[in-house]
Amino acid sequence: MAGVKRSLAVDVGGVLLPTPVMIASGCAGTGRELAGLVDPHKLGAIVSRSVTLAPRKGTPTPRIAESASGIVWSTGLQNPGIEVFVKEELPRLVHTGAPVIVSIAGGTMEEYVRLTSLLQARPGVVAIETQISGRDEELGREVLASRPDRAAEIVGAVARMSMIPVFAKLPLLADVVEVARGCVRAGATGLTLIDALPALGVTASRLRPSLGSVSGWLSGPAIRPVALRAVFDVASAMPDVPILGCGGVRTGEDAVEMMLAGAWAVQVGTATVVDPGAPVNVATGVLAYLKEKGLASPADLRGRLRLPAAPDPEGSW
Amino acid sequence: MRRTRAEILSARRVGAYHSLTLVAPEVAERARPGQFVAVQMPEDRDYLLPRHFSIHQASRRGGWAGTLEFCFEPGGKGTTWLANARAHGFLDVTGPLGKGFAYPKRLTNCLLVAEGHGAASLYFLAQELLVREKRVDMVLGAGTMERVFKPIEGKRLSQTNAIMTEDGTLGDRGTVLDALPEMAARCGSEVIYAAGPAPMLEKVAAFCRERRIPAQVVVEERMACGVGLCHSCVVPVARKDGSGYDNLRACVDGPVFNPARVLWDRWMSDVPTMIPTPPEGLPVVRSWPG
Repeated sequence: MAGVKRSLAVDVGGVLLPTPVMIASGCAGTGRELAGLVDPHKLGAIVSRSVTLAPRKGTPTPRIAESASGIVWSTGLQNPGIEVFVKEELPRLVHTGAPVIVSIAGGTMEEYVRLTSLLQARPGVVAIETQISGRDEELGREVLASRPDRAAEIVGAVARMSMIPVFAKLPLLADVVEVARGCVRAGATGLTLIDALPALGVTASRLRPSLGSVSGWLSGPAIRPVALRAVFDVASAMPDVPILGCGGVRTGEDAVEMMLAGAWAVQVGTATVVDPGAPVNVATGVLAYLKEKGLASPADLRGRLRLPAAPDPEGSW
Repeated sequence: MRRTRAEILSARRVGAYHSLTLVAPEVAERARPGQFVAVQMPEDRDYLLPRHFSIHQASRRGGWAGTLEFCFEPGGKGTTWLANARAHGFLDVTGPLGKGFAYPKRLTNCLLVAEGHGAASLYFLAQELLVREKRVDMVLGAGTMERVFKPIEGKRLSQTNAIMTEDGTLGDRGTVLDALPEMAARCGSEVIYAAGPAPMLEKVAAFCRERRIPAQVVVEERMACGVGLCHSCVVPVARKDGSGYDNLRACVDGPVFNPARVLWDRWMSDVPTMIPTPPEGLPVVRSWPG
C-alpha cells in the first residue's frame, strides 16, 4: 500500500484530534500524573474529570469494588470546583499538549449555564462534555437525562452559550435514540455514548454494600456490548452526528469494533485506570488494523459494518 | 516510577503470608520504605485492576542487588492468582509508587509499631533508620503466631522489642496497643512509625497525640490505578491552615500520612450494614412473621 498516506487524525464535529482514542472523564487525574505515564502527544484528547460549580469532597471510601470484567465505583464527582479547576488544574491539563475536553456536571440548569460561561475562551479547551446522568435537583428526578425534553433543555442551554463544540454524554436509557435526537436538535455537536451503568456491589461476608456510597456505577469490559448497541442504534438513526464511543474499550480491536458500529472516536476509561498506557496501545492497535485493511483513516471505518440485506418481515424462519 | 516486566526470583511462604522476590533493578534502586508497587493482573482474566503491595525489601547492593520483595496474604482473586506464581515466571510491575517515610534529622529513638503484614514495610524502614544511626525498637503483633510477620527478622533489626498475639501463641497475650505505652516509655521513643489496619492506626495516632510524639503511619485503602488518576483511594486529611479537610489520594499524596492530621472518624465511618443488627435487649426475630 505504498503511496497511501495513513493517519490516525480524525475530525469530530470540527474538533481535530491527533488520534481517535481519548481518555474518558475521571480517569486522567489532575494533569500532574499523566505526564510520567504516557506520552500526551499520542493521545486523541483528555476528557477532564467532571467539574461542578462548587467543590465536592466526593463519597466515602471504599470507592471501588471489582466485579466480573468490570469495576463498580463511585467517587461522587470529587473535584475542586470550577474556579480552582480553571485556575490550577486546567492549565496543567492543557500544558500536557493533548487537546482537552472539559466535562461539566450539575444538578440544575443554572449550574450548567454558569459552568459553561466560566469555560469560555480558555485556550487549549477544544470541547465541552456535559455529564447529565446525575440527580436533577430542580425537578427532583433521579437522572437528569431521563426525559428527552429535559436532556435537550440542559444540553441546548450549554450549546447556545458555548463557543466550542458540545458533546452530550448520555446514560443508557430505554430510549437512548430519542434522548440523543433531542440533544442534537437542541444544538449538541455530538454525543458520548455511554455513561457508566448504575450498579451495586455487595460483600456477602460482611453483610455490607461494597461501596461507601452504597450505590455506584459499573464500568469496564462488562459494559462494552451495551455501549456498542447504543452507539449502533444512535449512529443508524443519525449517521451524520459525531459519536464518541465509550464503554469497556481496552484494545485496538475493541476501538475498531466501536467505530465499525458508528463511533467517530472512542474514549478509554477503566482500561486507563488499569494501565495508563492503554489509550496509546489502543491507538497503535487501530493503526495496525487500518494498515492490515488498507484503509487511510479511522473515519473510513464508519459505516463499514456489513449488515445483512433487508430483514425478512416474516422472521428468519 | 518505572513499569517493568520482572522475573520472579523466588516465591516463598512466610507464616500465613506469601512473599515474592522479583528481579526489578529499575524499581529497586529507586524504592524507599513506605512506597509500594503495582502488580498487573493477567489480561485474560475477569479481574482487571492491578494489585498494590508495600515494598518489603529493595536491595541496592550486594548479592541481591536489583531485587525487590513484597508480601501479601491471599484472599481475593488477584492475590490467590499471585500465590500460585512460581519462580522464573514474569510479572508486570510498576513502581516505586507513593511517598515513602521521612527520616528524623535530629531525634534518634524510633519505635516501629506493626500489626500483621504491616511489618513488611517497617522492616525496610528499620534498615534505613539503622544506616542513619537511629535507635530502632519494635512492637509487633497479630492474631496468631503465623500472622506475626517474620518475628526473627524483627528481633534482628531492633534493639528491644515486644511481640503480642491475641491468643498468646507467640510473645505476650494482647494487642500491640497493650504494649505500646510501656515500650514507648522504656525506650524513650521520640518518633513513632506505624503500619497496620486503620482501627489500630487510629489508636496509635491518639496515643501519639496525647504524648506529643511525632508519628507517621502508612495507611491501607482500596486502590484502583495506584498512580493518582482515579480518586478511589482517598483519605480525609485536615488542611495545614485548619480550614477544613481534603480527600487526599493515598496513592500519590500518601500512603504515608501524619496521623495527627488524618480525620479518623470520618475515614473509618463504616459502610452501613444491609441488615441492621437489632439493638441489644430486643428479641431477634428469626423467621418472617406470618
